[in-house]
Amino acid sequence: MLRALALILAFLIALPALAVQPDEVLDDPALEARARELSQELRCVVCRGENIDESNAGIARDIRILLRERLKAGDSDQEVLDFMVERYGEYVLMRPTAKGANLLLWVAGPLMLLLALFVAFGYIRARSRASEREAAAALSPEEAKRLEELLGD
Amino acid sequence: MNLIGPAPLSPYCVAMFAELGHFALILAFAVAIVQAGIPLIGAQKGWRNWMAVGEPAASAQFLLLAFSFAALTYAFVTSDFSLRLVVLNSHTAKPMLYKISGVWGNHEGSMLLWVLILAAFGAAVAWFGRDLPAGLRARVLSVQAMIGVAFIGFIIFTSNPFLRMAEPPFDGQGLNPLLQDPGLAFHPPFLYLGYVGLSMAFSFAVAALIEGRVDAAWARWVRPWTLAAWLFLTIGIALGSWWAYYELGWGGFWFWDPVENASFMPWLVATALLHSAIVVEKREVLKAWTILLAIIAFGFSLSGTFIVRSGVLTSVHAFASDPTRGLYVLVIFAVFMGSALTLFAARAGAMEARGVFAPVSRESALLLNNILLAVSAFVVFVGTIWPLVAEMAFGRKLSVGAPFFNVAFPPFMIGIAILLPIGALLPWKRGQLGRVLYRLRGALALAIAFALLAYAVQTGRSNLGPIGLALGAWVLAGTATDLWQRTGRGGGTGDRLKRLMRLPRADWGRGLAHGGLGIVIIGITSLLAWQIEDIRVAREGEPFTVGDYEITLDEVRQVQGPNYISTMATITARQDGKVVAVLHPEKRVYPVEAMPTTEADIDNGFWRDLYLVIGDRQEGGGWAVRTYVKPFANWIWGGAILMAFGGILSLTDRRYRVAAGARRRKRRIAATAAPAE
Repeated sequence: MLRALALILAFLIALPALAVQPDEVLDDPALEARARELSQELRCVVCRGENIDESNAGIARDIRILLRERLKAGDSDQEVLDFMVERYGEYVLMRPTAKGANLLLWVAGPLMLLLALFVAFGYIRARSRASEREAAAALSPEEAKRLEELLGD
Repeated sequence: MNLIGPAPLSPYCVAMFAELGHFALILAFAVAIVQAGIPLIGAQKGWRNWMAVGEPAASAQFLLLAFSFAALTYAFVTSDFSLRLVVLNSHTAKPMLYKISGVWGNHEGSMLLWVLILAAFGAAVAWFGRDLPAGLRARVLSVQAMIGVAFIGFIIFTSNPFLRMAEPPFDGQGLNPLLQDPGLAFHPPFLYLGYVGLSMAFSFAVAALIEGRVDAAWARWVRPWTLAAWLFLTIGIALGSWWAYYELGWGGFWFWDPVENASFMPWLVATALLHSAIVVEKREVLKAWTILLAIIAFGFSLSGTFIVRSGVLTSVHAFASDPTRGLYVLVIFAVFMGSALTLFAARAGAMEARGVFAPVSRESALLLNNILLAVSAFVVFVGTIWPLVAEMAFGRKLSVGAPFFNVAFPPFMIGIAILLPIGALLPWKRGQLGRVLYRLRGALALAIAFALLAYAVQTGRSNLGPIGLALGAWVLAGTATDLWQRTGRGGGTGDRLKRLMRLPRADWGRGLAHGGLGIVIIGITSLLAWQIEDIRVAREGEPFTVGDYEITLDEVRQVQGPNYISTMATITARQDGKVVAVLHPEKRVYPVEAMPTTEADIDNGFWRDLYLVIGDRQEGGGWAVRTYVKPFANWIWGGAILMAFGGILSLTDRRYRVAAGARRRKRRIAATAAPAE
């Protein structure tokens, strides 16, 4: 409870600092670019669905700085993410891992698409069979031409 | 005594207004109950006079709710602080526009707007739906009123906007400064018009299920309502995205936030529904599917309301959240979806398809369009509720954010973009893919040329830009080909151009909507692929370079606004030594709400936006300044507006007007013929 209160307070009194501050930016452009990429993957843990790159909250700034420290220390992208998960929990990842039950989240779309295509295929085949039957029952080109002539004038 | 001007309204009179509004709301609830029951029973039993109750009841319900809403608006405009809602959400120092938008800038007022719009759609059926079969109209009005009963009850029992304060305070607590913005003032009404408009499709679907009949005529009646809901939803979403773009301070335009998703899912399903209703109307196939889509579309509207109102999936937008209210909406959702789907399961089998078609045909293409749209909505849905599912079922607290959606969603849109020009050119019943592709050879060449050009010009960036440009060009050129093909073959280019101008508005509407999609694709992908960002400490008078621009921070000063204090910068952007724009980004503090906001300043352009944000003063002197060059940014909203405009054009198409005209003529003839009998 106290922790939650502290988090809310931290959120409320966060000064209107803008997302990434000039003093946070790393000198090495390649490293900074990686930091920005990784920032998109990490959640500001007290905010409502914002990543740390966009967030104005103080804790987001702390994580941004921490992230850059890890990068300077030579961590790989995955190592940085693992470090953050260990520290803040799975909640910090904006892109959920495909481990365990989460696999369901990742395959739900493709599976549904396959299922829908399968059903639609059956439907289209049924309709086109009906269409062939109809075509077979319809007039032949000669008959159609003859009918046209008869109706023509 | 006042002998010069008219006497001011007595304070008792003014105060009474809110009571009258409250009373009107309760009356509307009673009227809705009558409207929900009587016409339906009449339609089942074939009693004409019972069915006829629907029309006056719908009018009365609408007028009562309009009065109730007007009374609440009046309380906001006159800052009547004896109303709790006004105290919590308004302030005398607020500009008039935001006093009015404050009416729906909160939970209670926005729900009142919700039911007002619901009743307005019901009244529209009563007033303009005179050519509907009496039974269908009575049933539609009944179903519409059932939704009304549920939500007016929700307002009266859980969220009454007319509650009084025992001791009115001297002034109100204001409105969230983020909401004090013209873009957001009009965002919720449009979104609600869309959400609630889908209730029409739902009511028509349920009425058809009760009747057990779905035919071309039914689809013809449903389409304009769905189209209207869709175009409002399009405008509402575009407004919200545009607001986020300039207000939140870094120019993001879509965050895959639960509340955004809640409006996007009904949009996706409504888009599918628009297309499948065409198939029902023209070919009498896909009936059961169309009914199901109509139910699902409104289901997403309801769940959207649930998500926003309950705050169960916390998000940036959850300005109003209360679990008991969420539970009530959840029950409404369960009851309506449960009974509609049960009805569907019982009756859907009876709707046999009439038309036949070959595998390569427009029917198949539209079916594929529906699959892609519906499954993409499903993906968004699963992603949105997954954190909830994971926490409740597996005890895992996790986030599903933009990186997930950015992987899972775009493939469907790519599929739709590739398919669109081909499907639009395929004939009904049976087509030849080769012939269609031959007609699209120009569009294909153009798309490839654009992709190669973009690839050559941008060096070493992601492939997103070239792919997006190619897809957008393909859709745009394909749509142009589609319109051109519709002018027929005879005559020279001049004749065809003349015929192009005289094409039915529905054709132009569809062309604009499809073209708008192409423009949106170009806008989004270019912005994501080619944006330039610069973050730095800028000192006054020292220029720096961003892209092709030379930016100078001229000065920073304090400015007093109507209800805020602003730190305003003056920044000049030059290109080749010439001044392109002078911008004034601000940081505002709203003392009443004790909340700061950043106001970016944007130089809008056709090819790019120049987006500037001022940050804090730095310790060593100078200010934090963020500069963005955002290519094609306005294409995103421009394209969306074009899509909505296409919807409007379609709605004003001759066939709807002709139907109306024929109806009037028939009535005139009936009127003149009557005495002769």
